Amino acid sequence: MKTAEAEKQVAREHMNIVIAGHVDHGKSTVIGRMLADTNSLPQGKLEQIKERCRRNSKPFEYAFLLDALKDEQSQGITIDSARVFFSSAKREYIIIDAPGHIEFLKNMVTGASRAEAALLVIDAEEGVQENSRRHGYMLSMLGIKQVVVVVNKMDLVDYSEETYKNVKAEYTKFLADIGLEAIFVPVSGMAGDNIVSLSDKMSWYQGATVLESIDGFEKEPPAIDKPFRMPVQDVYKFTQAGDKRRLVVGTIETGQVSVGDELVFYPSGKKSTVKTVERFNVPQKDTAAAGEAIALTLDQQIYVSRGEVAARTSETKPEVTSRLSVNLFWMGRNPMVKGKRYLIKVGTMKEEVELEDVIRVMDGSDLEASETKDKVEHHDVAECVLSTKRAIAFDLAEEIAATGRFVVVDDYEIRGGGIIREGLKDEQVWVRDYVMRRNYKWETGEVSRDDRAERYSQRSSLVLITGQRGVGKKPLAKALEARFFTEGRFVYFLGIGNILYGVDADIKSQESEGNGQRQEHLRRMAEVANVMLDAGMILVVTAVGLTNEDLEVIQTAVDSRQINVVWMGDEPTDIPCDLVLPQNGDLSDAGEAIKTMLQDKGIIYRP
Amino acid sequence: MDHLDRLESTSIHILREAYANFKSLCMLWSIGKDSTVMLWLAKKAFLGHVPIPLVHIDTSYKIPEMIEYRDRLTKEWNLDMVYGMNHEALKASETFPAGNTDRLTCCKMLKSEALRNTLSGRWPRHRFNHNLGKYEIDKNAEPFTGVIVGVRSDEEGSRSKERYFSPRDRENDWDIADQPPELWNHYKTDFAPGTHVRIHPLLDWTELNIWEYIERENIPTVSLYYNQGDGKRYRSLGCAPCTNPIESEARNVSEVIEELRSGQLSNIAERSGRAQDSEDGGGLESLRRDGYM
Repeated sequence: MKTAEAEKQVAREHMNIVIAGHVDHGKSTVIGRMLADTNSLPQGKLEQIKERCRRNSKPFEYAFLLDALKDEQSQGITIDSARVFFSSAKREYIIIDAPGHIEFLKNMVTGASRAEAALLVIDAEEGVQENSRRHGYMLSMLGIKQVVVVVNKMDLVDYSEETYKNVKAEYTKFLADIGLEAIFVPVSGMAGDNIVSLSDKMSWYQGATVLESIDGFEKEPPAIDKPFRMPVQDVYKFTQAGDKRRLVVGTIETGQVSVGDELVFYPSGKKSTVKTVERFNVPQKDTAAAGEAIALTLDQQIYVSRGEVAARTSETKPEVTSRLSVNLFWMGRNPMVKGKRYLIKVGTMKEEVELEDVIRVMDGSDLEASETKDKVEHHDVAECVLSTKRAIAFDLAEEIAATGRFVVVDDYEIRGGGIIREGLKDEQVWVRDYVMRRNYKWETGEVSRDDRAERYSQRSSLVLITGQRGVGKKPLAKALEARFFTEGRFVYFLGIGNILYGVDADIKSQESEGNGQRQEHLRRMAEVANVMLDAGMILVVTAVGLTNEDLEVIQTAVDSRQINVVWMGDEPTDIPCDLVLPQNGDLSDAGEAIKTMLQDKGIIYRP
Repeated sequence: MDHLDRLESTSIHILREAYANFKSLCMLWSIGKDSTVMLWLAKKAFLGHVPIPLVHIDTSYKIPEMIEYRDRLTKEWNLDMVYGMNHEALKASETFPAGNTDRLTCCKMLKSEALRNTLSGRWPRHRFNHNLGKYEIDKNAEPFTGVIVGVRSDEEGSRSKERYFSPRDRENDWDIADQPPELWNHYKTDFAPGTHVRIHPLLDWTELNIWEYIERENIPTVSLYYNQGDGKRYRSLGCAPCTNPIESEARNVSEVIEELRSGQLSNIAERSGRAQDSEDGGGLESLRRDGYM
């Protein structure tokens, strides 16, 4: 049976607060005081620690409370260096303690990225330090907008209003530069001034106490009033378990969605309508909103997958491009350098990325800008341009934070993080615009891609054989078509010439061999391929000496997961290929190699 | 959304991230309340299905009711159930109940070692065959590279330091001092060959949250958690020889919740009934470094 008291407990608000600050500026003392003065300590704990100090002839410090509580972890008391629990009359708090030492910056950002608000401690005597600035910068980058700056150790500066005002002025200016506003409270953690109750030692201060200030923080409600964004986590089909639903799953970051809403998935631009909103073990409901992890079924069977962002056609759409202007901070020991491939994660999308340009590097400690650097070093914060291999969908961080921030992975580790300031134009913009319009207008039949894959026992796929002239691409393509056909596959060799004089007749007749022509030619070839792939075909195409740029055009028009690049010839190439074959080698061996590749990728099923 | 809704959403998100990122994934199921809630959350994440194999480390000393419950749910929920065991230690009677080792060594042999070798596929794994209605030796010995574990950070100190996605190296070692950063909902899902990642979807849940959720969702649990009339119930389940019930009158889920809320148990550790924890100073932490959950 539930009591009214119990009901109230469940309904009580929870808030995570990170406490940050330079080493020895007094974080533990402030937390210890807060615990003691809000009666959040286990019974007798305070007396016990005081007694222990007396016996060891050591002056008592509130910081010892935390150490003592840490000692008790093994006895099951739920306090740890990382998380401290306490409650005010208003709500339940978890204080996430962020180590002040610079070596622990990644722990600090981990803690802070889970917090809704922050306490930033600055020693009145020592003043604003390197880490005070660095931590402030991280908080702003992590999207924390509610900050209380605790100017601690006022007892050591004779409670001087002037000292406090100087610290406040200096740090306010710094915060303003990085777009943050904060409440300032002068305190002495040691003496308990202005932590939970106002102190008469600082009668010049009539503002809120630390506790009142954090109680004044507002719990940010899930952003339901923003445009709908749901990064697709996955598409599930549990056919084997007798479940016919094709479920597009994800967590709604912002906005809301209802049955009947028309959705567009970015970056592909594919469109469909919400048929049902699915959940397990709850009554059917036709809507879902920010914060919920749900599943959708769609009316039209489009092929979407992890990494795309679902938006409603009736609302502002996300940006799509492969060049991003960002603010980035770097936690890796090795710097982020140009010419090296990294991975970027935005929403649920993971994509290859390179550092294209460093606009400005700031030393995180003093925010002194350096415009001459061409790399981003350990603990640097930088404005830079990143370019991704394929275009990604995102929002500007200031508009929708959740889809406007990213991390950079280097050598299996998350080494950088940041926010997207602006989407920049890239070279593929002309193709992408066509493709998005095409996908948006694309009419789907009743037969889904999965249905076709099941019928033909294969997933549609483009085998793109490229290499220099005269290496034997065409004979291989034809032999491959014949072989697969004999084996019962649904396969087609698309002769390039067949396109050149048909689909391309208008541009071919102009007889100019400019690069624009070649790209348009490739785009058209890719469009034809796209139709045939949609029909479930394995399509074999040859093309002379594809460059990275050419490949990007094709990848923009055709879902790049469907493309298998085979490079033929003894000349090396810098394009990313799935398979390299010798020139004019044995056709049967080459065919076998391609078949094995398709089997390994699960495109054709064994045997 | 209330607090439980938020916890649920975050856990579902993490489970789906794990499923999308790891080719060879499993979920450890100890039959206890936490990992059973996790199993339920998997049904939420995958809309009624559990497309991830469940791994149970059977020490052969589990309370029989736990094994009955395990196999009943396996059938009812059509679970892909796998168990592993340290057959050699058991055959040689190198165990605490047999009187040949201390408790910690026994835990290390029957749990940590068994877990490590079951995950890596070095030791035989037993998989439930739903057609035959019984377990058989699993032919697939592929190592699991993603291991979902139901630990909560409020259980004890070393667990509170965990990340949601926590890498373990070839030796199963966990470097507490140098853990990967986790920013927003971006986790470590890339890992070097030969290593694996432990995934912890329940990190933010408390013991009370677990029981509140069991009540709200009406999740089936082992009756050992409730007082059957002798004024005792188990608060934490483990091997029969090393786990003791606590004094409690709570006969059902809502009475357990009442008991936790009233603060009656607030000065008694959740695992106080687990004898191995008090064996030496940092018993559980050193066990956990060795791969214990």
